[in-house]
Amino acid sequence: MPPAIETRALRKTYPAPPTRHRVAGGANSRPPGEILALDGLDLEIQPGEFFGLLGPNGAGKTTTIGILTTRVRATSGVAFVDGVDVRQHGALVRSRIGVVPQRPNPDLGLTVLENLTFHGAYFGLSRGVALERAGRLLERLGISDRADAKVDELSGGQQQRLMIARALLHEPRVIFLDEPTVGLDPQARLALWEILRALHADGRTIVMTTHYMQEADQLCQRLAIIDTGRLLACDTPAALKAQAPGDTLIDLQLDASADAAAAACRAVPGIGRVDVTGADLRAFCSRGGEALPALIRAAEGTGRTVRNINLDKPSLETLFVALTGRRLD
Amino acid sequence: MPASDVFVAMLRRDLRVARREIGFTLVRTLMQPTLLMVVFGYLLPKMQLMPQAYRTTLLPGVLAVSLALSAVQSVALPMVASFGATREIEDRLLAPLPTHLVALELVVVGVIQGIVAGLVVLPLGRVIMGSIPGLTLGSFGETLGMMVLAAAAFSTLGLWLGCAVNVNQIGLMFSFVVAPMLFFGCAYYPWDGLKVVPWLQLAVLINPLVYVSEGMRGVLTPSVPHMDPAWAALALLAVTLVAWWRGLKAFYGKAVG
Repeated sequence: MPPAIETRALRKTYPAPPTRHRVAGGANSRPPGEILALDGLDLEIQPGEFFGLLGPNGAGKTTTIGILTTRVRATSGVAFVDGVDVRQHGALVRSRIGVVPQRPNPDLGLTVLENLTFHGAYFGLSRGVALERAGRLLERLGISDRADAKVDELSGGQQQRLMIARALLHEPRVIFLDEPTVGLDPQARLALWEILRALHADGRTIVMTTHYMQEADQLCQRLAIIDTGRLLACDTPAALKAQAPGDTLIDLQLDASADAAAAACRAVPGIGRVDVTGADLRAFCSRGGEALPALIRAAEGTGRTVRNINLDKPSLETLFVALTGRRLD
Repeated sequence: MPASDVFVAMLRRDLRVARREIGFTLVRTLMQPTLLMVVFGYLLPKMQLMPQAYRTTLLPGVLAVSLALSAVQSVALPMVASFGATREIEDRLLAPLPTHLVALELVVVGVIQGIVAGLVVLPLGRVIMGSIPGLTLGSFGETLGMMVLAAAAFSTLGLWLGCAVNVNQIGLMFSFVVAPMLFFGCAYYPWDGLKVVPWLQLAVLINPLVYVSEGMRGVLTPSVPHMDPAWAALALLAVTLVAWWRGLKAFYGKAVG
């Protein structure tokens, strides 16, 4: 069986909007006037996996989903879904995938049930089969009482569930969800998690983008951490957490440049790594509680004052910070 | 699964929604021609400010305007919204149908809506303006053929405009493109009459509406001076091909990032 998803050296550049000023490109060499969204992405996702693409806004997650769902054309590189080349056989790929968009885009001219039956017709289902499946899906997603409602009468959460029902109606082999829980209240988010777990239990391949660490940690079997279009790490959540440097991440906010303080902090026993951005100092250390007083002394010993302190337990978040130098949200 | 099934399913969806909104659609497309015929085809001739015979010139022109506007709007307006705020078109672009057939289906819906508008205006004109001297309904086949060509030309223009124009430019487009097109489209006077301003007679040939108005005159009211319907048909065919080519390119630009 071919992998559910395979990409090799996937690259995508967009023309830069002419009005915006661009910061001169650093290490990345690229022609001026282009924005690099994906920079040689290699992914392999097995059938039946619940796979997460984790990264901040602008990391390239949505572009990746766009290419895999045939809506975005890669600048170079290849991508296969269920063994089918997305560029060569777009319609065939589309017949095998279901897509839940970032923002619900239901057909506003139709009722909830019609949204599903016409979608079924687009995928060659007979009316009988489409009606039967639509009824079952609406039931399962808890919106069967809204079947005859106009779409714009639904709440945001209900519309999102309709999008899931629509994506599942033609029983796709691979389901893509782009930030499915953005804009949902906590209760709706938990309900959606249950739905996604159940879908995965059915044996479907699920590819989800998110910038919520907790969501990725709880749901996904494997995670790819991407930033600025590159794959930084790809493994199970547990293995990724084990890669986080040190046990604890300490952020110190100083009153002025932290450069001199960083050198002093690196000498503190138990400190693994120290990063500096302006007046912010970030230390990865093995025993945070013990290291903290020494760290503060070292920083203030250089004539600085510590304005603020933040401690994080090792998590995907700390790994992400270690890999990218910035936080997700 | 055959692409034709998907195509037909989308067509069924669009016709169902069009049928539901038919009251609104008819008001939108028929208000202007109705008022025109009331003022220029009924009141002014009755006041003897216009000769009775003017009605014969006006009817094919009004039909042309209704058909062209209906075809262009029924493609362009939903497309602007669909690629803009609602993103409704995504579901079709993610259906297992080649992208150019998604565009073609939208054009076919525009053709149907244009023809329906034309077919409604004809009896409406009869009701408002009374019997029209010189109106021949005998050549119904040719009339329908001309209507199909005209609707195809304006429906594909709708595809092009709908993809090339942003939501915030749509008002501007109607002021700068549609209004001059209507007034210099030979709808309210025959093209032959423009020979009194020779340069204008030449300049309006760039306006596709001219060929609809003149084509309809050729088949409906041949007693009024008119362009050879074969030339009108050929011009409409050329407009269709160019607008389809440009429109499809713009559609791909919007549909595939």
